[in-house]
Amino acid sequence: MRSILPVLSVTAALIVFWYAAVIPMNAQWAQDQARRAGTELSFAALVTDTMTQARPRLPAPHQVAQELWNSTVVEEMTGRRGFMNTGSLSNRSLIYHGWVTLSATLLGFAIGSALGIALAVGIVHNRAMDASVMPWAIASQTIPILAIAPMIIVVLNAIGITGLVPKAIISTYLSFFPVVVGMVKGLRAPDQMQLDLMKTYSASGGQVFAKLRWPSAMPYLFASLKVAIAAALVGAIVAELPTGASAGLGARLLSGSYFGQTLQIWAALFAAAILAASLVALIGMIQRVTLKRMGMGA
Amino acid sequence: MRDTVTAPVISARDLNLTFQTADGPVHALKDVTLEIAKGEFVSFIGPSGCGKTTFLRVIADLEQPTSGTITVNGMSPEAARKARAYGYVFQAAGLYPWRTIAGNVKLPLEIMGYSKAEQAARVEKVLALVELENFARKFPWQLSGGMQQRASIARALAFDADILLMDEPFGALDEIVRDRLNEQLLALWARTQKTIGFVTHSIPEAVYLSTKIVVMSPRPGRITDVIDSPLPRERPLEIRDSPEFIDIAHRVREGLRAGHLDD
Repeated sequence: MRSILPVLSVTAALIVFWYAAVIPMNAQWAQDQARRAGTELSFAALVTDTMTQARPRLPAPHQVAQELWNSTVVEEMTGRRGFMNTGSLSNRSLIYHGWVTLSATLLGFAIGSALGIALAVGIVHNRAMDASVMPWAIASQTIPILAIAPMIIVVLNAIGITGLVPKAIISTYLSFFPVVVGMVKGLRAPDQMQLDLMKTYSASGGQVFAKLRWPSAMPYLFASLKVAIAAALVGAIVAELPTGASAGLGARLLSGSYFGQTLQIWAALFAAAILAASLVALIGMIQRVTLKRMGMGA
Repeated sequence: MRDTVTAPVISARDLNLTFQTADGPVHALKDVTLEIAKGEFVSFIGPSGCGKTTFLRVIADLEQPTSGTITVNGMSPEAARKARAYGYVFQAAGLYPWRTIAGNVKLPLEIMGYSKAEQAARVEKVLALVELENFARKFPWQLSGGMQQRASIARALAFDADILLMDEPFGALDEIVRDRLNEQLLALWARTQKTIGFVTHSIPEAVYLSTKIVVMSPRPGRITDVIDSPLPRERPLEIRDSPEFIDIAHRVREGLRAGHLDD
């Protein structure tokens, strides 16, 4: 209970600040409308107007919340193409678009984590890989993802790979890196004494890995998986932008910006943020359970 | 036949070991010649840098000598290590935090491929030996430092190694805990008949425990005196007030001082 109060206070402060910003951001539009109608706006009327515009420069928090609610629950329950009427998710709902992005995120995250762990194992056990892989991994992350994502998608399209996989590959591209860095550190966490102890048992390389390096790396693994899954989500969204994809949170952001639908953009942004937070929280839960069972829970 | 009876467990002849460091070569061991017979309790004592830990690590095949010969159970240290001839206890307990005490003791048994039933039986036996039978399911952080070190001794005893190599195992513990552990170690040694190599820089500890005390001095690391203790194998703590005990302690101190004269 003590930890929830600061969180709530900060959230409340942010919302107050947001509302305060809404008025000057949208005032221009309200004033122009009033001038054209030949009327004069009182301050109260101005404030009301800035909070209720259809295409505000900056939507008010309650408008975003309303849009989120409408494009998820309301759309699926009552919409013509909603789940209740058709038995399948509506292509106008954020649940549908969220799922499209989520599936690419999860696939990319799975491949990225596996690749990251595999590279880390290679780096720790092989001198040549130790010297050669890390600079490339770092270089790969210095290229802006926005620059490389369209090329990956175009190239893969040319060889007939479309849909989920190209997006997942861009997620992989972003998510393997934190796992490599974290796991190299984690697999090297055992000190010389613990390695010497294994040597006195004449343990094989595989045994040293399974009984010492891997368990030692667990706390590092979970820390990097949290970063990786958030990065994977960003990758999936970015991958939806350059192709003009018709589905996914990225597609919603893009079509929102084409048509000046700021409410749609903000709702999609919040959907992405909620998704990311839930994914990170899920990994946090798995981490707590795993480390507790390993006797390392704090 | 005669050889197998009288051959020393550990035999080092003219052993030299030089570390190449950034500041030039460091002569860690110089012309070390020593024999350790079966069932002996040998302490290595000397100031830091005298090579006592290095010598123990050479026996354990954790360091390679630059020249000279050494045999362990009549084999090279590497062959002895692969034959799992010794258990090694480090200065820190080094228990795995993700394993219970029983799980930690079981670790070498898993690696060496003992059957599940055999593992359980041995864990129970050695935990009883170090009086930790009631802590099998606790995690290391739930135990005191002294108990953790006992668990690490149990881990070294879990498989059938005849040699126990201990590198300042009680160095980080307070005097009272150390006395108690020394007593327990002697009892354990009497019961198990193991050959023990024990590194320490406490004179009373070395004299109290050992049948043979090897005094070493640094730069270069070498043996300055080897004292065969006249004390009986049965040693109550009070023996430390006896004239014999004080005599040996005096000789050890003289040996240590002699090693420092050329500083």
